[in-house]
Amino acid sequence: MNTEKFKPFLPIVGVAGLLGVWSVVTWQQWVDPVLLPSPVLTFKALWQGMDGGVLGFDFVKTVYRTAAATLIAAVIAIPLGIVLGSSENLYRSLEFVIDFFRSTPASAMFPLFLILFGVGDETKISVAAFGAVLVILFNVAYGVMNARKTRLLAAKVMGASRLRVLFDVMLLESLPQTFVGLRNGVSLALVIIVVAEMFIGSQDGLGHSVFEAQQLFEMPRMYAAIFAAGVLGYGLNLLFLVIERRFVHWSGK
Amino acid sequence: MSAAPHALRVQTAGAPSSPAVGATKRPHVTIRGLSKRFDKAVIYDNFDLDIPRGELISVFGPNGCGKSTLINMIAGLIAPDAGQILFDGMLLSEIKFGYVFQNYREALFPWLRAFDNIAYPLKMMQVAPAERRARTEKLVAHLGVKIDLNLYPYHMSGGQQQLVSIMRALIVEPEILFLDEPFSALDYEMTLFMREQLQRIFMETGTTTVLVSHDLEEAVFLADRVLLLSRHPARVADFTPVKAARPRTDATLSDPEFVLTKAHCLDVFQREVRRA
Repeated sequence: MNTEKFKPFLPIVGVAGLLGVWSVVTWQQWVDPVLLPSPVLTFKALWQGMDGGVLGFDFVKTVYRTAAATLIAAVIAIPLGIVLGSSENLYRSLEFVIDFFRSTPASAMFPLFLILFGVGDETKISVAAFGAVLVILFNVAYGVMNARKTRLLAAKVMGASRLRVLFDVMLLESLPQTFVGLRNGVSLALVIIVVAEMFIGSQDGLGHSVFEAQQLFEMPRMYAAIFAAGVLGYGLNLLFLVIERRFVHWSGK
Repeated sequence: MSAAPHALRVQTAGAPSSPAVGATKRPHVTIRGLSKRFDKAVIYDNFDLDIPRGELISVFGPNGCGKSTLINMIAGLIAPDAGQILFDGMLLSEIKFGYVFQNYREALFPWLRAFDNIAYPLKMMQVAPAERRARTEKLVAHLGVKIDLNLYPYHMSGGQQQLVSIMRALIVEPEILFLDEPFSALDYEMTLFMREQLQRIFMETGTTTVLVSHDLEEAVFLADRVLLLSRHPARVADFTPVKAARPRTDATLSDPEFVLTKAHCLDVFQREVRRA
């Protein structure tokens, strides 16, 4: 038998298996149907919610906040990371501070940011941006610092000035690592946004949707919102991978 | 085989050439009083050397004797502790030169197509895009290179990438070309092919070339003179001329005179290795 032909279909096996087990469990009522609704009910709730329903609105809200937080973080972190990375002494001086706040759970900052920005969108977006900034910054700086020495020397031998070396070599050398930072950053931003939507006076967003459905015991809707959040997280990661493959074609080669 | 006709002349610093007319070629590079130490190891101590114009010089010597350090100091990649290196009496910053790294994978820019890699030094010289293009096309045609230069380096074989590196070094029409073990990361088949390419390029351009090699046969095969260095602190153990006519071919390798020259170089090398 030729197994090569089936390789592209392998990822479907896990999905089908999960749906199969889930169907059997709910069909046999091994779990209380209130706690775990059937796949059919869940996907119906997902479809109805997304197709002009409240879930779709919440989805868009979460996308907007995550995108805004990531964009702000990238605009701050990328130039700063390049500056820090191009001077090793500067980076070493700030390394502890960056690592410390990178290790601090961003959720611990909610109360502080609530005082600074109130209960609106600004708080959620700025906490998420805060978390993402440090992740992106760290990766960009390392990308610049780890630029191949031979490549820098080659540019120097060809008469490139320091500024030229920075823009023509270091910047491009750091791009693969920058994308690692962006993917981690957007994932972290989504986590923070969803948590913020659950607890800090939110009226909308996927986090709010999950939390509200749980409070009202609308379990299919809750699972639907969880799936929507999963799709969003996977989609964002995929989006950055596609952009990376398009623009950083040399990555990993 | 005597060591007599080598180009090392004892001269005072600052007097790069002797007034001899026609008899000997004016040296291209004059190195005087070169000193370099890494931590406690003295690699060069008051080292003098003349590199003749328009010749291909191979640098060969025991491991760690400072072969690469020498060309890196000449090419300005490493600053010497003391000494003077002049090119026709001029400083490195006043001349055009090319440098080919051993590690082509890291020396080329993977975000540029091969063509733009070759043209990059012209961009540094602020040559207009149209002229960059024309000059690159001219060089490619001149060398008769049959590679698809629209490819990115990572889609090319090792030999093709190194050929692109060499063309990138040649695009500025350098007065002197440095190659640091350029073929040692290639497989044997590719190495043979690249030796042929380099010889052809040298015969076409006549550019003064300094090649560091760790393969004695390659060093002798390609060179007009083999610079044999001693263990550090490096001295010139011998500066052996290689007389064989170009283009040298596989037949050259078994030519009696070539074999004798190679044996002589090996002798000098062994003597230097044993000197502890």
